[in-house]
Amino acid sequence: MITALGHKTVGAIKAVGRVGQFLGDTVRALPDFKIWFPLTITQMRRVGVDSLPVALFIAAFTGVVLALQASYTFTGAVPLYFVGTLVGKTMMLELGPVLAGLALAGRVGASMAAELGTMRVTEQVDALETLAYDPHSFLVIPRIAAGTTMFPVIVAFAIAVGITTGWLTSLGLLGLSTPDFMKGLKLFYAFKDVWYGLFKSATFGFTITLVGCVVGLGTRGGAEGVGLSTTRAVVYSAVLLLVLDAFWAMTLL
Amino acid sequence: MIEFKGVRKAFGEHVVLDDLTLTVRDRETLVVIGYSGTGKSVLLKHVVGLLQPDLGQVIVDGQSVPDLEREELSALRAQIGYVFQFAALFDSMTVAENVALGLRRRALDEEEIAERVSEALALVDLTGNDDKLPAELSGGMRKRVGIARAIALRPRYILYDEPTTGLDPVTSAVIDQLMVRTREHLGVTGIVVTHDMRSAYTVGDRIAMLYEGRIRQVGSVAEIQATQDPLVRQFIEGIPS
Repeated sequence: MITALGHKTVGAIKAVGRVGQFLGDTVRALPDFKIWFPLTITQMRRVGVDSLPVALFIAAFTGVVLALQASYTFTGAVPLYFVGTLVGKTMMLELGPVLAGLALAGRVGASMAAELGTMRVTEQVDALETLAYDPHSFLVIPRIAAGTTMFPVIVAFAIAVGITTGWLTSLGLLGLSTPDFMKGLKLFYAFKDVWYGLFKSATFGFTITLVGCVVGLGTRGGAEGVGLSTTRAVVYSAVLLLVLDAFWAMTLL
Repeated sequence: MIEFKGVRKAFGEHVVLDDLTLTVRDRETLVVIGYSGTGKSVLLKHVVGLLQPDLGQVIVDGQSVPDLEREELSALRAQIGYVFQFAALFDSMTVAENVALGLRRRALDEEEIAERVSEALALVDLTGNDDKLPAELSGGMRKRVGIARAIALRPRYILYDEPTTGLDPVTSAVIDQLMVRTREHLGVTGIVVTHDMRSAYTVGDRIAMLYEGRIRQVGSVAEIQATQDPLVRQFIEGIPS
């Protein structure tokens, strides 16, 4: 058992070392601006446009559920306009970034790992290198930059949609007026609520795309390896995202 | 000139290349033959720095490849064309974009890039296929695009990894002719890794047999055909053991 634990520990340390080296190589490729910048625009379009429907769908239903659950919890004890407070705060601080992040870990992280994994096993990554391209400037930086910049945009839309559906639910099903909902929404609002949620989502975007790239480019074997990498990317991203979420709550709130 | 001096490469416990020494002279095409899994592709990947030797030296044009800095390695790679076993074309790019990709790393204007792409595609008899995606091509056509991508760079060296594997005999002969034509047209130094002996005799100036991590025998086509080494003879005649 001690031997197994030792092997696991060594494996974990090696994995951290590999990610560190990967990040170092990525930073070294940053001066290749002419290569990665145009490709970043393409990736931003892919990450943003392709992911928006999923994120908005989740946010819309989360807003509905939040309003209904808040009303259920508050009945008779807390004024109903606090529904606005709970919907706004929860969407901005937690559920907007985290639910969208988890959905995108599956959507974006898996797709990147599968794409890069396939490129690895079919020697397309080697071909890039022989054509004098650094895979970090051609493949990695555009994806990480797109993820880091587009996730806050997607989450901002998701927060807006979640609050809107929470408001509509309050109007239609809870009999709350718009001024009352807005009163609750503004009650404990602080600008930090917005930047905290968006900053957190940027770090989620960075993490999910980094994991997708590290796992994808580390793929070995054929189709089985690609499948394994895809699953790993989703699991690692989701776990890291939740750990990161707790870390930011402990350090920034 | 490409030189391997005492190269050793292992993956875990498995030693693939073991004290391998080999020289590829300027403007010759050296064919490396050997059983599947003996490390022929591993040997090629050392030339462009895709793999690093555990011991020994890989020297191209007097430069030790493993010791090159990022920019120096990039400059060296710009002089080497690499044709991959399964072509390794970029799925999302058209044929023309695949061929142009390496050229875009150089200070060439769009007009010159287009000209070089057309020239390379004409050399591999693929004119008119510029806008097709790799998925729309046959195996032989994909290999030819891979060759076009390599020769469009006008390299000094060209490395072919199993260029005829998986192709029918007629298409294999077409690829062989293409490799000969490329050498005559560009005057490049080449390494061809294959276990197709007909192809080896057609394109090679010299043939080297890799066996158990070392060069078992190297010589001209005639010398290899007349070899008395039982192992080499068994391989070139395809005699089961």
